[in-house]
Amino acid sequence: MEHTYKFLLRIGDDSLILGQRLAELCGHGPILEEDIALTNISLDLIGQATNIYTYAAQLEGKGRDADALAFLRLEHQYLNAILVEQPNGNFADTLVRQFFFDVYRKLLFEQLLTSTDEQVAAIAEKSLKETRYHLKHSSEWVIRLGDGTELSKERAQFAILDLWRYTEELFYMDETEIQLAKAGVIPNLQDLKPLWMEHVLSILNIATLKLPENQGFFGAGRQGRHSEYMGFLLAQLQYMQRVYPNMQW
Amino acid sequence: MVSKEEILTLLDAVKDPEIPVLSIRDLGILRALTLTPDGWIIDITPTYSGCPAMITIEEEIAKVLNAHGITQFTVNSSLSPAWTTDWITEEGKRKLEAYGIAPPVDEVDKSVLFSKPPVVPCPKCKETNTKLISQFGSTACKAHYQCQVCLEPFDYFKCLR
Repeated sequence: MEHTYKFLLRIGDDSLILGQRLAELCGHGPILEEDIALTNISLDLIGQATNIYTYAAQLEGKGRDADALAFLRLEHQYLNAILVEQPNGNFADTLVRQFFFDVYRKLLFEQLLTSTDEQVAAIAEKSLKETRYHLKHSSEWVIRLGDGTELSKERAQFAILDLWRYTEELFYMDETEIQLAKAGVIPNLQDLKPLWMEHVLSILNIATLKLPENQGFFGAGRQGRHSEYMGFLLAQLQYMQRVYPNMQW
Repeated sequence: MVSKEEILTLLDAVKDPEIPVLSIRDLGILRALTLTPDGWIIDITPTYSGCPAMITIEEEIAKVLNAHGITQFTVNSSLSPAWTTDWITEEGKRKLEAYGIAPPVDEVDKSVLFSKPPVVPCPKCKETNTKLISQFGSTACKAHYQCQVCLEPFDYFKCLR
């Protein structure tokens, strides 16, 4: 139960924090259609976070609800991967971050369909349809940018070099994931890695983009240690609940 | 004691707040209505995870039932089986089109890259020479198209399976 709760926070925080990042683009997208697309994806992610937190709060059994989990934790209590809290940067940064994440999430949700935890399977079933749509969108953009103009290619390539180091963390497993994998609640995340790599490479090849060689990985977001960007993001995310506790729309 | 049919008729008054011509039955959001010793259980399911209409719909259901003296009920939101556009009734599809939103055609926008989008007839002039403008539209459940004949821009209710 404790393990499931922690795992739900890890994937729920991924959804919420990336949803928050994409929501920053509302009214600031490079073109109207992309403004709408990215905020639509944001809405899906925040919706997924709501479903995940609702179940997590129920398992925790301390009377907290999804909103309390979303808005009233401290920075070190958020367990999202560092990838999703990275700033939006330019359009290529935003789309490469999304692409790395979408491939991982599609593979994860596909495996979670057969989770021994029925509610986890139900959340995956609901989220997978949306995630496939997101992945199509981000894949097409990675290809357009990579196999596009000199400038778009340069930016997409730079985004890959910059964000690559955060991708290993998506497959992080500690006692929580090891126990859950044994119980059939989640797949072995390390098994997803080669599938992820294969999918990513298939798109990058079409996009004429390359992966960095000999680069180290880092990221301890799954243990609650975040990059310098996280505090600013949370300040904005939590502002209303901190200033007007328990306020409702 | 009110019957199941009477409750279903009452619930026809509950519309999707973003597509006010469609009732939650037309849209396939209302999944089940069960009588238990503790009262009615009304199962609804979201179209998309982040559908902001769900809370409004729950409130509307409560309002309609309360107004008819029914107080013993619980509205339950369930995720599985996940909603699909196949659950929109034929009547619902007719209403969508009359409202100016192209109903889902019998084809999923396949996840193949740069695949041709489905052919969606214009809800105004019925011509099939239309163009996908954006995979994402005014709400999560719609894509944005434009008719190449009458030039009408319109929403397309995406096929989701």
